[in-house]
Amino acid sequence: MSRNLILGTALSSIVVLAAVVSFLWTPYDHAALDIPNKLKPPNATHWLGTDHFGRDMLSMIMVGARTSIAVALVAVGIGMAAGIPLGLTAAARKGSWLDELIMRGNDLVFAFPSLVIAILITAIFGAGAINAIIAIGIFNIPVFARITRGAALSLWEREFIMAARVAGKGTARISAEHILPNIANLLIVQGTIQFSLGILAEAGLSYVGLGAQPPTPSWGRMLADAQTMVSFAPHLALIPGCAIILTVLGLNLMGDGLRDWLDPRIRVART
Amino acid sequence: MGHAFKHTFRTALALSVSLLATQAFAKSDITVAMQLEPPHLDPTSAAAQAIDSVVYTNVFEGLTRFMGDGAIVPGLAESWEISDDGTVYTFKLHDGVTFHDGTSMDAEDVKFSLDRARAEDSANAQKALFAGITDVEVVDPLTVKVTLSEPNGNFLFNMAWGDAVIVAPESIDNIKTNPIGTGAFKFSGWVQGDKIDLERNADYWGKQPALEKATFKFISDPTAAFAAVMAEDVDVFSGFPAPENLPQFEADPRFQVLVGSTEGETILSTNNKQPPFDDVRVRQALAHAIDRQAIVDGAMFGYGTPIGTHFAPHHPAYVDLTANSAYDPEKAKALLAEAGFADGFETTLHLPPPSYARRGGEIIAAQLAQVGIKAEITNVEWAQWLETVFRGKNFGLTIVSHTEPMDIGIYARPEYYFQYDNPAFQELMTTLNSTTDPEERTKLLGQAQTMISEDYVNGYLFQLAALSVAKAGVQGLWVNAPTAANDLTAVSWAE
Repeated sequence: MSRNLILGTALSSIVVLAAVVSFLWTPYDHAALDIPNKLKPPNATHWLGTDHFGRDMLSMIMVGARTSIAVALVAVGIGMAAGIPLGLTAAARKGSWLDELIMRGNDLVFAFPSLVIAILITAIFGAGAINAIIAIGIFNIPVFARITRGAALSLWEREFIMAARVAGKGTARISAEHILPNIANLLIVQGTIQFSLGILAEAGLSYVGLGAQPPTPSWGRMLADAQTMVSFAPHLALIPGCAIILTVLGLNLMGDGLRDWLDPRIRVART
Repeated sequence: MGHAFKHTFRTALALSVSLLATQAFAKSDITVAMQLEPPHLDPTSAAAQAIDSVVYTNVFEGLTRFMGDGAIVPGLAESWEISDDGTVYTFKLHDGVTFHDGTSMDAEDVKFSLDRARAEDSANAQKALFAGITDVEVVDPLTVKVTLSEPNGNFLFNMAWGDAVIVAPESIDNIKTNPIGTGAFKFSGWVQGDKIDLERNADYWGKQPALEKATFKFISDPTAAFAAVMAEDVDVFSGFPAPENLPQFEADPRFQVLVGSTEGETILSTNNKQPPFDDVRVRQALAHAIDRQAIVDGAMFGYGTPIGTHFAPHHPAYVDLTANSAYDPEKAKALLAEAGFADGFETTLHLPPPSYARRGGEIIAAQLAQVGIKAEITNVEWAQWLETVFRGKNFGLTIVSHTEPMDIGIYARPEYYFQYDNPAFQELMTTLNSTTDPEERTKLLGQAQTMISEDYVNGYLFQLAALSVAKAGVQGLWVNAPTAANDLTAVSWAE
């Protein structure tokens, strides 16, 4: 295992762990206001300090991790659930009108700047975590459809697929039983990358007020709230900012590491 | 004789030289920033406060006007006489007043302006100000007689509003983009999305202002506002949006912070027609569940005066009724149980963009949660707020600051968005409007304040503070905001 993979996995695990632990325990109630104790810098009682309402920053970051992970996870899930079958179908029916329809549809979605469309979706259907998930999810579909189709196409030329065909298996079964397992590593790597992009997108949406609504904590909104107070309470912006950076960095390192680790060619070259 | 003349002449010369010197050194232009850009520049056809913030007393003037301390003084009307029965006002206009396009301002223009405002199809946002006028008569070019259907103790106050300024029929068609008034400054340009320029009106009838040029700049983002003031890009920021930054300006010798009072009663508006808020016990529970001081401290960083009714605390007729709705979560829970909501209930809380609403809303939602009321927060933009809440009346709770002066009368309008329908209050307002005796009025206003406070119509939070930041050398700005305005006629730079 490479250093990237270890470091990336470690960073991502911390965030996931924080999110999981927050279900059972947080140092304080993340929504409890304590206005007389507002804007306290990190100290012994509040490890990461308090925000402008006196809420405990550590608790908010932990619960915020939950929001980020949930949104990104479900969004990637939507992308995979819809994108992979579409990509497999397109590859199986290469050159047909269906293939054209799916891929041109993908191009169409790709052509739009994703965050702008996400803003549009949340503006029309209302701000909130659910709509943010859908908005981010839609933009994951073509990513997975494309990568699936590309990888599947080259597999369709291989002898073992030919053998499966000769054995009488239909295209759907071949796609599910032979193609999918062989491209799974690629999809896992892409999933990790998309997951980190999802976290960034969620932070971006809640920064402009279109993500999870208060009192649900969200890293992006914590950043937005901190904006005017950076000059006298920098921890308010630094802490959620660092949380986002470390999470995205961790996931990207992990994705890179996974790719190297899972890629048969590189693995062969290494040994 | 000759000697004396020479001496006087020399002194006069010396004086004028020194005057020239001071004028050469003192800055004569100013850049005033505000958060919102006006949609257009006609104060007589829109409710947007941003319009008045630019043009009131600078470009347009009315018969009377507000001073910074809230006093009503003569404006274009030099003096007036009120008939004994209080129904006929005879205004004597200033002589020699001209509009910026050179046409003269006379009684015909006054008649035109008032008739236009009170017309059936008038687009005036405050038609109630003119409702009592039955006739406007031009006696001679400098005298105009206004007849009211009944005595109105507020009439001179009403005529001071930005909605009652005098406009000219010649320039009315383009007033929204090219406002032609009688004020000390004339409009010289508008770069949409950025700024509006005014310049001194050399033909002004009154005292010439010290400033030659004024620029209004629009900076909506609080962070950008902070940066603009810090970088000294603007000379004044009127209505500074981020109260948390004020201590920094106070500590900085380059700036002065002006903290005054506005006419803005910041309230937790409650939809009185929507169950369960149609039950007064529920509304009372809401009132006791809210800790006002926490909201002032948490949302406004301490700026703002807690209020217990819909009335400005700096007004002489104000009655302190905050005790009616003292913070008492236990009592709130008991009241909810009595009303049949022992387990609380769910409602919506719509929050428009200003920080008093967004931050105050988060605090209120947390406080309501303590007594079992789950208020689901929806952050909305102003356009959406007007659509859903103000016009659509589709809301449970919302937070907004009612910035019109003396606006307790809105409680007598059952169709107004919070839908308070109490015939006793409506009757009280009718009596008030026909009362001119100041003492009697104070008494009636006190009764009105008490009535809405005891009916817990809305959650009364705090009086919005007027927060402005200016460079240290700027003098003559309004500290309080008796009406939306940035009166620059008396503003100057210290040497």
